[in-house]
Amino acid sequence: MGAVWSLVIIGVAVLLILGIKLLGSPKTARWGNRLAAIGMLVGLLALPDAGGEPVWQRDWDLNYLLIVSGIVVGLALGALGAYSVKMTAMPQMVALFNGLGGGAAALVGGLEFARAAATQPEPLILPFGDPITGADLVIAPEFLRSVMPSSAAAMLFATLIGALAFTGSVVAYLKLNGKLERPRLFRGQHIVNALLFIAALALGGWLAFNATGSGATALLLLLAVLALLFGVALVLPIGGADMPVVISLLNSFTGLAVAADGLVIGNLAMLVAGTLVGSSGTLLTLLMCRAMNRPVGNVLFGAFGSGGGGPAAAGALAGKSVKSIQADEAALLLSYARQVVIVPGYGLAVAQAQHQVCELAEELGQRGVEVCFAIHPVAGRMPGHMNVLLAEANIPYDQLHEMEAVNPVMERVDVCLVIGANDVVNPAAREEPASPIYGMPIIEADRAKAVIVLKRSMAAGFAGIDNHLFYKDNTRMLFGDAKASLTALVSQVKAS
Amino acid sequence: MDTNLLFIFILAVIVGFEIISKVPSMLHTPLMSGTNAIHGIILFGGILTLADAASPVALTLGFVAVVFGAANVFGGFMVTDRMLQMFKKRK
Repeated sequence: MGAVWSLVIIGVAVLLILGIKLLGSPKTARWGNRLAAIGMLVGLLALPDAGGEPVWQRDWDLNYLLIVSGIVVGLALGALGAYSVKMTAMPQMVALFNGLGGGAAALVGGLEFARAAATQPEPLILPFGDPITGADLVIAPEFLRSVMPSSAAAMLFATLIGALAFTGSVVAYLKLNGKLERPRLFRGQHIVNALLFIAALALGGWLAFNATGSGATALLLLLAVLALLFGVALVLPIGGADMPVVISLLNSFTGLAVAADGLVIGNLAMLVAGTLVGSSGTLLTLLMCRAMNRPVGNVLFGAFGSGGGGPAAAGALAGKSVKSIQADEAALLLSYARQVVIVPGYGLAVAQAQHQVCELAEELGQRGVEVCFAIHPVAGRMPGHMNVLLAEANIPYDQLHEMEAVNPVMERVDVCLVIGANDVVNPAAREEPASPIYGMPIIEADRAKAVIVLKRSMAAGFAGIDNHLFYKDNTRMLFGDAKASLTALVSQVKAS
Repeated sequence: MDTNLLFIFILAVIVGFEIISKVPSMLHTPLMSGTNAIHGIILFGGILTLADAASPVALTLGFVAVVFGAANVFGGFMVTDRMLQMFKKRK
């Protein structure tokens, strides 16, 4: 490896690490992506071949022609996909790209394995032409196995993981496109899946120590087929709503397969980049599960549990859980919203947090967010309680709106911030004739695009009934004292 | 496989975990998409494999690997950039 390439690798690794780092904050994310892309381009232009010479300096031959035309075709397909896809269909586009990367990793691993195996003599064919004698059949194992088991294992790992990421991603793509809607299950599917996986692992383990001759290449094909089947079997039972988590997991798998290929080819940039994606992707998968308030095993194998029996939940809320949110994330949601409606309730008065909420409204207003307050007539413990409270904090009157004025436009509201209010936003008043508050006019917070509820605990409100709003998919709970939560929100909004 | 490679591998694992330890959920999808583009570096592997390919089968499969890898890396960065356009601050 030339000295220039060593320096280039360091630069590429730094750019990729910085890129991923900057992708983690909304302010810098776009630059992070560009930085990583620049790093990739630099690496591509300086890429050395096996002999250490830059790939792009080799003579024109069929291989060079195929490389250049392959890049052009891939670039055209990638650009077409990236720019033609609708905003709402982006996750499946990512799934497709991930599948292609996995497929490429599997092909590279498989081709390297086939070539390494082909350079080894067949176990029973003699390296020197003389007729076979009994003595010749005893050939030192070291001679036959000069493909190191460790590098054969890396090639096989890349083939196995890349192939399963390929089909798994394609299934995820089809599911997100609505072509395979409901989870597909058959009896004993988890056993079939486990057997497929064990068979592929066992075959791979055996091949790593017996990487010789054309027989090994044939078995490699079998391994690839098993891995392709396993990818389908793994993703097929998982519901479409969980696909983002699955894609994230397969994304980190592809990263690991690429890292293994990097080891095989001896390309450090591939090793570093693949490993970075593998580990950050794994963590991202866990973060996504945490945001949905579910353990990762529940996402991956959850459908198995619900396969046989009927609906377990008797009550409407049984088995449902609320999703909590931290102040920093809530602050981001708020500061990147176009329109925010704040619904104050008794909890705001108890916490004496009117000055903090005023500060939050001002801060958001300065960032171009349209903020208004929706006052329910019976919010607090007396009519007008909220108006008085908010007026005390000098919130302009034109920002205070009546319930009747806000409800018709609620669908256009990006974030509805409910502070210490409960019954006045309970959709049971609209939906459940049996509820004690049925028929009460409410602020229809549940129709906003997202709802953040500031609340001390899950205790019931004045009416002593459970609130379905807290269990809605687009609702996040920010637990804690309203004053403390609002103070945290203000400082996070300032920082974001 | 020498220990230097293992060393690099372990450091990269740790760095990968550290750099995304605190990411707001609104950025989960772009981050997934961005790292997805980064593993498009498999294009390098495809190029190097195809550069040494001799048989028609190896040439064909190597070509497919290069096409896949190029689509992954170029398309991945482009689609991430499109996603991130949404985060442009108003005003």
